[in-house]
Amino acid sequence: MKHILKILSLVVAITALWIGLLQSSVIPRSHTWLLPVYFVVSLGCYGLLMVGVGLMNFPTCPQEALLLQEDIVEAKEYLKQRGVDVSSS
Amino acid sequence: MLEIKKIREIRTRPRSQQLQLLASIGFVLLQPVIVIHVPRPPPSLLPFLPLHPANLTSHHQSTTIRSLAASPATSLSCFIASASSIQIGTAAAWIVSIGGVGLRYRMDGQNKNQENKYSIIVPTYNERLNIGLIVYLIFKHLKDVDFEVIVVDDGSPDGTQDTVIQLQKVYGEDRILLRPRPKKLGLGTAYIHGMKHASGNFVVIMDADLSHHPKYLPRFISKQMETRADIVTGTRYVKGGGVHGWNLMRKLTSRGANVLAQTFLWPGVSDLTGSFRLYRKSVLEDIISSCVSKGYVFQMEMIVRASRKGYHIEEVPITFVDRVFGSSKLGGSEIVEYLKGLAYLLVTT
Repeated sequence: MKHILKILSLVVAITALWIGLLQSSVIPRSHTWLLPVYFVVSLGCYGLLMVGVGLMNFPTCPQEALLLQEDIVEAKEYLKQRGVDVSSS
Repeated sequence: MLEIKKIREIRTRPRSQQLQLLASIGFVLLQPVIVIHVPRPPPSLLPFLPLHPANLTSHHQSTTIRSLAASPATSLSCFIASASSIQIGTAAAWIVSIGGVGLRYRMDGQNKNQENKYSIIVPTYNERLNIGLIVYLIFKHLKDVDFEVIVVDDGSPDGTQDTVIQLQKVYGEDRILLRPRPKKLGLGTAYIHGMKHASGNFVVIMDADLSHHPKYLPRFISKQMETRADIVTGTRYVKGGGVHGWNLMRKLTSRGANVLAQTFLWPGVSDLTGSFRLYRKSVLEDIISSCVSKGYVFQMEMIVRASRKGYHIEEVPITFVDRVFGSSKLGGSEIVEYLKGLAYLLVTT
């Protein structure tokens, strides 16, 4: 099944729930009409939260840069001995 | 963990076997429905419903059985017990056979250690200095592995191909293959071109600018052998992996793009745009034929299509050292292109 169909069916289910809430008036009408807005806003807030959390926990590896420099030096030595041109001209 | 692994194995079984399992489970669950709503099943179906009350009353006229069958509770319970046991028995036998096959695959995988050949495709453009370093590091970290390096050069003007020829003299022309192309023709076509000359049964793709370090190649290989995965992808965003050389803006856009993609696409991998991956050769051929994007959206499309087709994907944390300091490749047009690619993937996969 295509992914877009899964998402659309989810949206349809939520819409049906919303219409059911509208008709059964469990919650006062004014609040029910604004429920989609609340939903979208909360989804946006959740997204921003995940971005913030991910940014704080972004894994970094400064020691890898040093290891890479060492590897480069070792490789240049080996290749120079074997006649491969590694000059950075 | 073992159950979860077995369930994931079932998820990668061919569709026909998945349907079989679902049908048998469904049939078990439908028995009570059949009993309640179908008091007189058609005669052709009666042999399959052994203890259905209709079956009993038509063949056994003795009063005891009739009274037994007459009480719906006991007939229902007997019927469900027998039918369920048959169905559960067959389902269990099937699961055990799948588990046995899986076990045999795992043992075969360990024994077939020596029979896998890895073709490492490295697309290059103006990488005269780095290609030698990459090749040295690959040979250093893959000592006991049968592999070949395929350099797909897009007509570099700086002499990359001459360096590769010198490397061939050092390492042998059967280990390093130079397959150049006349000009820059795109990454997807570079992979296809490389695959035509690949003689291994696994294909590794990586960048030539040393942002992907070959020291992770043994980890890719062992992960694939342990899990019998079809694709092993390197991820920079989990613990154990990481990035160096990105400023805050770059990290922000990367993280934002990742959250967007995870929300809308549910891809099943944590790093969509990474291009350090190990593919089974047949899987790569299958996916590449159905991908049409360019650039890094191409990498996203490949992994999303693989995920949709049900291939078994595993992840390995890798570190990414961005040495191209300061050249920001993320402008407004890149963001627009990314959003367009995301929308395309959302609708067509």
